[in-house]
Order: sequence, then structure tokens, then C-alpha cells
Amino acid sequence: MDFASIIQSIFGSINVEIFFSKMLAGALTTLEIFFLTLLFSLPLGMLLCLGRMSHLKVVSMPVRLYLLVMRGTPLMLQILFVFFGLQPLFGIQVDRFSATIIAFSLNYAAYFCEIYRGGMESIPKGQFEAAKVLGYSKSTSFFKIILPQVIKRIIPPMGNEFITLVKDTSLAKIIAVVELMKVTEEYVNSAVNVVPFFVAAVFYLVMNGVVSRFFSVVEKKLSYYN
Amino acid sequence: MKILEANHLVKSFGSLEVLKDISIEVKKGEVLAIIGPSGSGKSTLLRCITQLEDVDNGEIVICGETLCAKGENGKAQYASKQQRRKIGLHLGLVFQNFNLFPHLSVIQNVMNPQTEVLKKSKDEAEKHAKELLAKVGLTEKENAYPCELSGGQQQRVSIARAMAMNPDLLLFDEPTSALDPELTGEILKVIKGLAKLKTTMVIVTHEMSFAKNVADRVVFMDNGYIIADGTPSEIFDNTDNTRIREFLAKFDD
Ligand SMILES: Nc1ncnc2c1ncn2[C@@H]1O[C@H](COP(=O)(O)OP(=O)(O)OP(=O)(O)O)[C@@H](O)[C@H]1O
Ligand SMILES: [Mg+2]
Repeated sequence: MDFASIIQSIFGSINVEIFFSKMLAGALTTLEIFFLTLLFSLPLGMLLCLGRMSHLKVVSMPVRLYLLVMRGTPLMLQILFVFFGLQPLFGIQVDRFSATIIAFSLNYAAYFCEIYRGGMESIPKGQFEAAKVLGYSKSTSFFKIILPQVIKRIIPPMGNEFITLVKDTSLAKIIAVVELMKVTEEYVNSAVNVVPFFVAAVFYLVMNGVVSRFFSVVEKKLSYYN
Repeated sequence: MKILEANHLVKSFGSLEVLKDISIEVKKGEVLAIIGPSGSGKSTLLRCITQLEDVDNGEIVICGETLCAKGENGKAQYASKQQRRKIGLHLGLVFQNFNLFPHLSVIQNVMNPQTEVLKKSKDEAEKHAKELLAKVGLTEKENAYPCELSGGQQQRVSIARAMAMNPDLLLFDEPTSALDPELTGEILKVIKGLAKLKTTMVIVTHEMSFAKNVADRVVFMDNGYIIADGTPSEIFDNTDNTRIREFLAKFDD
């Protein structure tokens, strides 16, 4: 028995070539969800954080309510709501993929907001005061003095959140977005073969391996001070 | 010429009255030491002058510019935001616990405010920073990070950072209190050097002999009031105020 036939015997009735090309396409969609979610939720989380920390109650109270809802209800419910709920309530129809990105971004922004806030609150008051007395404007002080220190402090919780996001992308399957998990499930159902589960696991593990590696490199880069 | 003039400052935190009626004056080139027991309001006074706190009432004039005026309704009338920031640039503050920026190297700590706030060119800022670091004896540490320095070295960097902005008045809040006793000397030496160069300074300190030797004038604060204001010899040697004598007696050993 040669190598190809061993492979084919593991995969049974599944056409290996087509299977892997579909899995790769699904993984690509998974990565799209991952990166687009980060693209929108990282800055949105920062805006929310500034609102959350505002001394103005009219600003901080709505943000708190937002955080309560986004963190207190399942992401799956939020995905379903954006896809099915916007049309009857507001007359807005969004496609499956956009609905996914919107729901993920809004949800992850809430978590990032709290991570940023934890980071901001861990910066000693003296840093803000030193910058103020030296004449830094609020925004310069934020971007040049505070934010670089916040970034260093939030690397570990951010790493956890990124890893969770890689795995959460599989929730998009609920509205039939053809990402890695959806492809896997379809194969398992139609071919009555559980091998695709293992293949999917390897895909997720590889992605998260890259994410972890990225974070340990960044952490090391920022370890020149403490 | 008056650099700082503060009249009838009043400041409370909630129901705690910390500054009750404070008036002080600092002339150009003068070194004023503020002494007094813990909790008497010395830090609060410096924080009000440097705008880290707002006074409730009273007048503060810095280099002829009014930061706040006494209000008729019993509340201080502050200048516009823009004006306040401009006035703040006349002042430099050296903190007890340094507050250096940990993510910036020593030289970047001294350069960054010059480039970001004064909009100086990088070369100009670097040149000035190197001069100041030489002055405080830290040339060989310019590429180190604050966490790699001793407390005394960190405090010298923070003095250089404050000086980099060319302030008209440099304020110190217990610059040696966070330091081991053997490190206080190096800071006091730097401040003495600044005094020789006629740098206008206000120094809150618990180093009595230092206040006595370096200050032109000494103010004694107690419980939110200034209860004595005079030359070092008037305060340290010839006072008949029992409160001051009791306070000074604690340092005589
Ligand atoms: N932000 C604040 N909120 C409430 N109370 C404060 C605040 N800052 C200072 N106080 C109180 O004001 C009083 C005066 O404090 P301040 O720090 O000005 O004293 P100090 O003379 O500098 O004392 P020390 O010599 O110990 O530094 C203290 O009772 C202090 O607890
Ligand atoms: Mg104090």
C-alpha cells in the first residue's frame, strides 16, 4: 500500500483534494472574520473605554449599559439578532458575512473596552500628573505617554482574547457562513466520517499557535522596561 | 520681579479644609523653602500652584499672568483653558517619587516634552537634553531606562526633565523623601548647584539643614496656615514661636 492509498483509506469516501481545498477556503473565511473583527473592535473598544471612563454620566451610563448587554448575552444570540432581527425591526437587511462581522465587532469591542480600562487604571496617577505639569495636551499625553504603557500591560489579557476569538469564529456557522467549522460539519454529516473533526482541530491549533507566538514576540519586544 | 504671587488661597477636600488662608510670594532668583509638619498642606499648595488641583478661592499670579482671581461669590475665577496651559509652562515640578516615563530612555524622557510640547526640533532637543544630563552628572546613563537607575539617579533625570522646559519657577515636593539617606546628598547637591545659578525655586522639604543653607527665605506651614515667613536665621535660630520650636526640636539629633 502506498502513501496515497493510506490517506484515502483514512478519509474513506471523502475526496481528499476537494476536501482540503474546501477546508482551506473555510479557514480563509475564518481568518477574514478574525482580522475584520479585530480591525473594527480594537478601535471601537478604545472609544468605548474613553466613554466608560468619562466623568460625564450621560456618556458613561449608556456605555455601561452597552457593556452589560454585550457581555451578558450570548454572542450566538447577538449574531442571530443582527442577521434576523434588523430587518423586521429597522428594515435593514445585511448579508450573512456582514452580520457576522458586525456582531463580532460589537461584542469584542465590549471585552476590549474592559481590557483597556483595566490597563488605563493600572497606570499610576503620577504619570498623568507628570505629563500634565510638563504641558502635554490631553491627547498627546494619551498617545505618547499613557497608551504605550497601557499596551504593554494589556498584552497578556489581549492574547487570551485573541485566542478566544479564533475559536469563537466557529459561531458564524449558526447563520450558515461557510467558515472552517461549517465545512467540517457538512463533511462529517454527509460522509459519516469523523476525521474532518481532527483536521479542523489541527487548523485551529495552528492558527492559535501563530497567535501565541505573535504575542510572546511582542511581549519580549516590550520587556526592555518594567 | 515677582515670579509667583498667591493671595488668600483656600482649598478643601470635602469637609477637610487643607489650605485656610495662604499667601506667598516668590521673586526672581529667590529660593523659598516650605517646611512644616505632615498634613499641614504643603503638597496641596504646590499642587494648586501647578494646577494639579484647583483652589476653591484666592488669587494666583504667575509671571504677571493671572491664573485665578478671587471671586466675589467666594469661588475662584480661573483663566481660560488656553491661558491656563500657557501659564503652566512657566512652572516645572519635581515629584517626590520622580514619575519618569518608564517606556522612554533617560534622554528621551528629557527630549520628549521639548519636542511634543515646545515643538522643538529633535536635534535642538537632544542638544539641550545632553547639556542638562551633563549638569546632573548622568551623561553615561542617557540610554538607560528609568528602571535601571537608582532612586537618586532617577530624581536627577526628573530634575533635568523639568529644567528642559526652561521654567521660570521650579517647584520641588520633598525631592529626597523617597530616597535612601545616602542618596539624598546627590540630589541636594544638584539643587544647590541650581541655586548658585539663580534658578527660582520653591522647595518643600524635611531636610532642615538643607533649607537653612540653601533657601533665601523659609515659610513655615501649619494646619493650612503660614505661621512664619522669614530668612533662615529668623526661622531656625531666633524664633520665639513655640509651635516652630517644637517642630524643629524633632530634627535636632
Ligand atoms: N486628594 C485628596 N483628597 C482628600 N484629602 C486630601 C487629598 N490630598 C490631600 N489631602 C489631605 O489634605 C491634608 C494635607 O495634605 P498635604 O499632602 O498637602 O500635606 P503635606 O503638608 O504635604 O504633608 P506631608 O509632609 O506628609 O507630605 C492631609 O490631611 C491629606 O490627607
Ligand atoms: Mg506632602
